[in-house]
Amino acid sequence: MKSDPGFYDYWPYHNRPKIKWPNGKKLAFWVAPNIEYYELNPPKNPNRAAWPQATPAVAGYSIRDYGNRVGHDRQMKLLDKYGIRGSISLSTALCDHHPEIISACKERNWEFFSHGIYNTRYTYGMSEMQERDMIKDAMETIYKHTGQKCAGYLAPALSHSELTLDLFAEVGTELFGNDGGFYTCDLFHDDQPTPIHLRSGKQFVSIPYSLEMNDTIAFVVNKMEPRRYGQILKDNFDRLYQEGEASGTIMCIPTHNYQVACPHRMKAYEAALDYITSHEDVWVTTGREIAEYFREHYYQAAINDIAEKQTSIQGAQ
Amino acid sequence: MSLDKAHLEYPHRSYGMDHDRYRWSQLSERKSIQWPNNNKLALWVNVPLQFFPLDQKGVPFKVPGGMTMPYPDLRHFTLRDYGNRVGIYRLLNAFDKYQVTPTFAMNSALAKRNPYLLNVIKERSNEILGHGIHMDALHYGGQDISQERQQVKESLSTLRELSGQAITGWLSPVRSESENTPELLAENGIEYFCDWVNDDMPYQFHTQQGNLTAMPLSNELDDAFILMNNQHSEQSYVEQLCDACDFLLNEAESQGGRILALNIHPWMLGQPHRIAKLEQVLEYVTSQGVWSASASDILSIYKQQNNITK
Repeated sequence: MKSDPGFYDYWPYHNRPKIKWPNGKKLAFWVAPNIEYYELNPPKNPNRAAWPQATPAVAGYSIRDYGNRVGHDRQMKLLDKYGIRGSISLSTALCDHHPEIISACKERNWEFFSHGIYNTRYTYGMSEMQERDMIKDAMETIYKHTGQKCAGYLAPALSHSELTLDLFAEVGTELFGNDGGFYTCDLFHDDQPTPIHLRSGKQFVSIPYSLEMNDTIAFVVNKMEPRRYGQILKDNFDRLYQEGEASGTIMCIPTHNYQVACPHRMKAYEAALDYITSHEDVWVTTGREIAEYFREHYYQAAINDIAEKQTSIQGAQ
Repeated sequence: MSLDKAHLEYPHRSYGMDHDRYRWSQLSERKSIQWPNNNKLALWVNVPLQFFPLDQKGVPFKVPGGMTMPYPDLRHFTLRDYGNRVGIYRLLNAFDKYQVTPTFAMNSALAKRNPYLLNVIKERSNEILGHGIHMDALHYGGQDISQERQQVKESLSTLRELSGQAITGWLSPVRSESENTPELLAENGIEYFCDWVNDDMPYQFHTQQGNLTAMPLSNELDDAFILMNNQHSEQSYVEQLCDACDFLLNEAESQGGRILALNIHPWMLGQPHRIAKLEQVLEYVTSQGVWSASASDILSIYKQQNNITK
């Protein structure tokens, strides 16, 4: 085990090279609906139980199923209303279980990125080859069902190994060259994209996904009242939009259809989307488009700036 | 280091669900339902009437809301009992004031212990649902089937005998089930149950003894979930219920009738500082033009309009 994963260098949030998003926009805004499949009776991972009680875990399983049966269509219609294309964090087995949802998202030109095969299969305890196989299966499944070359990863149930990002990038290269496997949503250290060190040296970035704005973290972990969630979304936006004047920022709202699409939460969520998208200098986009834009325009500048800041410290010592 | 190969095998990865309990179906794709008198929203208020034994065994887990202190946990025992002595009468007054038709999910042990309360419910002619024996007689995964069968039979026969009602609905204590619960309910004359929270409308749930109907009784809008589990304020409870009401009414405009289901506990909302919040919710919701109905009345409209005969 390591005391630090070593993915990135210290890069202070001041005097960074100025990012301008397309058409001079100040803030890149993306919504990432997690569309997940939880199994009723998955194989028991030795490191983490899928459910808190013996099968059938009626309460936990059924509310997650609510997300697909009831919630998905609600959130999709809401995002349509505000001109937002979702960037889906997908349990790829859902392509087989619920192809209707995949078709509807595909019609809307939403992005599909990998969130593993099932959200009840954890990375913990897998060998390198097993994890590689799982990652490859998920990326191939997305390609087969949607024609998209999967660019991004959020590990299933945020379960990682030390090699997760390396493997994702390498499998992406194997399947799609530089068009696949080039960003991660797994790291929460920054409000702007960060170049990530990988053993392959591939050009790979971390895109801010925000655990703090994640509805499940807000509602289930932090037990937040729905209207307060709506308020923190607006507050988060206000500050990032203001700071985007100096250098472009990113705001992400990660959602789950079994949380935010419940009848008592939609109103506050809609109010926040309405507020955010009513601002002029907002680039409403997807995770992939942000990562591509950054790689093309700012990746090298970021690498240079990070190196310079490291050197300037060494010089001063 | 590696996992057993079963972890990379996916035997249920195919169309529909990973089990055969019900058919996969998106709510937005279903035939719309029309409630009586062109109402867009059916209001179903269910009140669990519960007995939490002082000598809680906690098998296989301590029931949420039950005893937490070393024996004798007088604080939790009496605070729950408060609901059946005091809180419930505040709730009943509120229902009458706003002409709401509630249902009551009753532990059979409580029906035995509190014949006066049972009689009050009977005289109102409100529907009673089975709710197990008591809150420490759980149904759970891995439970011995003959033990569970005995629990189901005993609770239903007691409740049927004492209430004089047919008892066709069921809510498991804290919605906990074994793999066999649906079969045991079906073989004991239950037509609908409310444990699964995967839908906002009724749907058909398969058992080896024929279909049950799963009735949507939201856990997210349950008073104890919001106030006790989530620790939200009383004011937020009101806002959440009213926001849900607005949202469902609006959805019903384009998708057909919806159900606003409130599960409320007399030991929670029946407190002096909370009862006005329930009244605010009922005042708001009933002023929107809703059909206040029992679960069985809602079920029969659903069955009629979907040509379900059994």
